[in-house]
Parts: sequence; structure tokens; C-alpha cells
Amino acid sequence: MSFNDWFNDRLPVAQVVKDHLTEYYAPKNFNFWYFFGSLAMVVLVLQIVTGILLAMNYKPDADLAFASVEYIMRDVWGGWFVRYMHSTGSSFFFIVIYLHMFRGLMYGSYKNPRELIWIFGMIIYIAMMATAFFGYLLPWGQMSYWGAQVIVNLFETLPIIGGTLSEWIRGDYVISDITLNRFYAFHYLIPFILVALVYLHILALHQVGSNNPDGIEIKKGPKGNRWSKDAPADGVPFHPYFTVKDVMGLVVFLGLFFAVVFFVPELGGYFIEQPNFEPANPLKTPEHIAPVWYFTPYYAILRAVPSFAGTQVWGVLAMGAAIVVFFFLPWLDRSPVKSVRYKGPLTRMFLIIFAITFLVLGWLGTLAPTLEYTAMAQFLTVVYFLFFLLMPCYSGTGDNLGFSGFLLFVVSLLLVLSGLYIWWVQTPNLAMSMKWIYSIASVVLLFWFGFKPGWIKADPVKPVPERVTG
Amino acid sequence: MRKFTLIFLVTVVPMTSLAASGSGAELKPMEVRLNDTRSLQNGAKLFVNYCLSCHSAEFMRYGRMAEDLEIPVKLVEQNMIFSDAKIGDPMTATMPAEKAAEWFGVAPPDLSLTGRLRGPDWLYNYLTTFYVDETTVSGWNNIVFKNVAMPHVLTELQGRQRAVFRTESSEDGKEHKVFDHFEMETEGTMSAEEFDHAMRDLTNFLVYMGEPAKLHRIRYGMFVMLFLIVMFVFAYMLKREYWKDVDVSH
Repeated sequence: MSFNDWFNDRLPVAQVVKDHLTEYYAPKNFNFWYFFGSLAMVVLVLQIVTGILLAMNYKPDADLAFASVEYIMRDVWGGWFVRYMHSTGSSFFFIVIYLHMFRGLMYGSYKNPRELIWIFGMIIYIAMMATAFFGYLLPWGQMSYWGAQVIVNLFETLPIIGGTLSEWIRGDYVISDITLNRFYAFHYLIPFILVALVYLHILALHQVGSNNPDGIEIKKGPKGNRWSKDAPADGVPFHPYFTVKDVMGLVVFLGLFFAVVFFVPELGGYFIEQPNFEPANPLKTPEHIAPVWYFTPYYAILRAVPSFAGTQVWGVLAMGAAIVVFFFLPWLDRSPVKSVRYKGPLTRMFLIIFAITFLVLGWLGTLAPTLEYTAMAQFLTVVYFLFFLLMPCYSGTGDNLGFSGFLLFVVSLLLVLSGLYIWWVQTPNLAMSMKWIYSIASVVLLFWFGFKPGWIKADPVKPVPERVTG
Repeated sequence: MRKFTLIFLVTVVPMTSLAASGSGAELKPMEVRLNDTRSLQNGAKLFVNYCLSCHSAEFMRYGRMAEDLEIPVKLVEQNMIFSDAKIGDPMTATMPAEKAAEWFGVAPPDLSLTGRLRGPDWLYNYLTTFYVDETTVSGWNNIVFKNVAMPHVLTELQGRQRAVFRTESSEDGKEHKVFDHFEMETEGTMSAEEFDHAMRDLTNFLVYMGEPAKLHRIRYGMFVMLFLIVMFVFAYMLKREYWKDVDVSH
């Protein structure tokens, strides 16, 4: 008996390699958008490795934290390189994940039977946001401090428990050394939870098999390929075919990544914000507090919602809803096809509108709010939610949605009406043209996409081919 | 979906060019030249002679400066360290911070990171636009940093200048004082051109001090890019070799 057999009788390493690499058959028609899953894993590992190296020299102490980061930047051998990889890595992690999520949106990767993959993915996304938020406090610069202050203060708006809750999160009345210590603890912990979540995400994926740009279930298609007569005809073994392909993608990715690390690590203030080169000062509020770019779409939504009935909690709820609503996507999309290639024009159009909305909201979130910007953010917030709320309608086959459809339509109507109320009643100084543009655009979106089954039977989908196309 | 890729490119790429906004005052541009060692050396000379008595640069060590700017350690020890600091020590001000706070109203900030916090344009303009103003406590004022607590420590070099303002009315009819030009009151030891060069050198040094790694990282970056380009060729050929087996269309 060889050592290999002895070992595999006790731990199924060979079996795992077979199941998940050499005999995992992935659709052969993966395109550009399918690089980002494996890239996300690479970035996660990179963040953990660089993070551990940083932790060896970082001091989670309000008096020492800022200086210890500069110590890493100047006196630790290669410290600046590790630190820039980590700071650039956090931004690239979100770039990769946003592209990965957009891929899911385009090709319907969240749809039956992949709902759980999507849900685990969303949990990963939220855990990532938590990690990034905790980590951003650690350099203890001005923006670290005030960014954390603003975000923790959001909890204060919640009725009754708000004050106690935000105090409980901080462990103090303001962001302090105590907060820094616990944020450091969480920042170190969550990445390992992320690893476990990624494991579940991939386990669930390999259970049902990968989706592809055609949205065709290759497992249900014809069998038999040159490697196995039981495997899907349109599948190729993940290893070596996709490992060599992903390595190629990885090299391109590293080119972009290291270009930022070596040439523009601050990326014009988007990856490292200038006020963070000044140590945290609880007595001096910066002129303009903006979160890092990957949070700005939600920050724009938060700021867009005005206070109502004496509380600002509505903005916080809207921001929370903007994230939570993604979880329902598998059940909101009622299209008979998965991929945008075969979906009808309404669905395709709204997907493009949504992508642009998300980007522009992100851009607005980085700017100081003015009357015009706030009104624009309000309009885009309405569009953002209409994309989800009206989806059962515009993506469906035109059948009666019953009570739940009626409910979604009422909520959408309320959303548009509150927009109209804000522009026409609460914002008298807004230019007339803007009032009209936003009002007409939101009403058109509501009725065109929401009432569609009335006059078009269904969003006309194209026939899906039997086998995957190139 | 080529179309979607295109949409992403045209919408994401322009957004990255939006830099963080400044303070509003119009700044004369300052070109940073970190590979100009003589300029950095001159900046370092000005820095230790005029700034370091009140300001610290706590994250910067004399030894690092000597190595990066190619100044012999002996020379640094003899001519650039005015306290009892050793070559491996950080640059700390000779004046204690508490005393300074007492005299100027605020403690002079540490200058290690000012180059990154304010940026070269702001620093260069700040250093060159001190003017006589009897209404302030110190007797000095500054165009880009209004009512700054610091007096003009470089007077002997630049001389005393007065600012001439003109009034302009904006769209809403309000009148503003706008800076027009300077008038020299007394000459300094340097000509206007010499002083301008000196301040560019000093700014250059402050930018270097904000991030000493910047001297090297761009060169390393070139090697990394070169390596990745070569690696891409191999990765691409490997991929093509394997995928020859696969008929993607069917």
C-alpha cells in the first residue's frame, strides 16, 4: 500500500481534487465576466496575507496607531509595499466583487437552482463591507475617525434603542481607544469567517453546477465529452482548462493592481483619502466627510432621503433596504430565461439603467451635497428601488401576480409619490426643468415597467438554444 | 456581452479622473521632481535651517535622509543636526512643543506628512505668499492660509512684501477682496527668482519626506510591469495550447 492510498483512506484529498478541480465540469463558454470569481478568491488571500504582515507591526492604540502605520511605511523593510497592497487590495476587492455581482445580474446566476449561492454571496458582500468599515478606522487618521463617527451615529437615529446601541458599538460616548481596539479585533476576525462563507458559496455552486453566459443548464443537456462519457457535453474539466485561463486573467489583473500599488497608491484620493494623512483629532471636524468609494452609492441614498416626522431614521432604513433588497432577487426575477442574451428588451433596458444608476449614485456619494446633487440622488434612489420592486412585473410572462404584485406596485407608487412630494413641495429652489425631468422620468418608469402586462403580454424573450454558444 | 463591457468602461473610467477638491484659492502649479537629488539636498538644507527649530518631522530619520539624498553621514552630523540627536534619530524640533504652543497660540504641526496632506501646489504657494499685515498678531498674513499663526521665517531670504488687493463683485452683488499682486517693501538676500527656486526645492523635499518610499517604488513598479508582460505571454500561450482541444462553438 502506497503512502498516497494510506493517506487518502484517512482524508479524501484526492476525491476533493477530483470533485472540485479535475472532474468538475464547467461550461466551456465562460467569457470575460467569469474571471472575477477566482480573482476575488486571490484578493481575499492577498488581503489576509498582507493583513497578517501588517498586524505584526501595527499597534491598535489611539496614541500609537497613526505612528505605527508611518513606522510601517518608513522603517519596516518592505512595509510600504505590504501596506499599499493591503490598501489597494481593499478597493480592488470591491471592484472585483461588483463586477462579479453584475455578472450574476446579467446572466441570471441567482435564479433557480442557484438561490443559495446568491444568498451566501450577499452575506459575503455584507461581511466584506463590515471588514472594510472596521479596517478603515485602524490608521487612525482624520477620515478614519470621522468616517467611523458618522457611520456609528447612524444607529443613533433608530427609535428607543438608538442611543444605547451606538454607545454599545463604540464602547464609549465617542469613537475612542476602546472603539479602535474592538474594531481591530473584528477586522482580524471577519476575514476568516469570509473564508468559511466562500467555502459554502463554492460548495453550493459545485452542487448545482456553474451558470454560463447563455444561462443554459449544461447538466441537463447532452452527455459525453472527450474526458468522460457521463459528463455534460458542453463542460470542460475545471483543471487544467480554467486554471490556465484564470492564470492568464490573473496576470492582467495583477498588472492593473500593481500599477496602482507602485504608481498611484492614493488613486487621486479615491483609494487613500488625503485627510487621512493627519492624525485623528476629535476636536476638529474635516470640511467634507466622504466614505471610501465602495460605500458611496449607499451613502448617496442615505443622504438623499430627507428627515420626516422629526427623525432621520428613514435615510438609514433606505440605505439598509438598498442592500437587503438584493437578497430577494431570485424571487423578484420571474423571467422564463436566465441570461440577458435571451431576455426581452424591457429587462435589458432596466438592467442598463440600474448599472448606470449605481455608478452615478457612487459618484454623487463622494461629493459634498448641493441642492442639485441631492435632487439627482433622490431621483436615482427612486430608480434604484423601482428596478427591484417592478422586476416581477417587467421580467414576467404577463400572468397575474395577484396580491403580492399589487403590494409591490403600491410600494412603487408610494416611492414615486414621495419623490414628487420632495421635489415639488420640499425643494422650492430646485430648477423647474429638473423638477419636470425627474417627475416625468419616474412616472414613466413606474407605468412603463410596472403596468407592462396590461398592454404587452410578456417581455418578449428570445428562444434559448439547446447547446451553449461561443 | 461586449455591449455591457463597453458600457462599464465608458461609465467607470471617467469617474476615476475626479480628484479630491482643494480649498478654493487659485494655486500656482508646482512640478515635483523627486529624481533631482540636488534640489532635494537644497530643500533639506532649508528645512533643517528654517523649519526644524519649531516644527518636528517625527517620522523622518536623519539617517534615512542622508541615504536617500546621497549626503555623507559625516556632513549630516556636522552640518544638519543642531540638537544632540544621533544619525538614526527622528528629526525633532529644538523648541519644545508646549512652549511653542504658548508663544504662537497653536503648536507648530509635525511636517512629516504635510507633503501628502496638503499637496505640492498648496505648499509652494503657501511658502511664497507671506505678506506684511499689521492687523494680525504676528504681523504677517498669507494668501492661501488666511490669518496663519506662523510668522514669515524666511524674511531674510525673501524680504518683506505687501499684498495689493482689488475689489470684485460677484453675481449676487456682494463685494469681495481679491488678491492682485505683491509689492516689495525691502529686498531679501535672494532675488525673486532665487527665492522661487529655493521654495520649489523646499517643497520638493517636503513631498519626498511625506513618502520616502516614492523614490524607489516607481522604479520597482517598472520591473514588476515588465515581469508581468513577459508572464502574460507565457500564460496566454499556455492557455491557447490547452484550449486547442476545445471547440467552444460546439
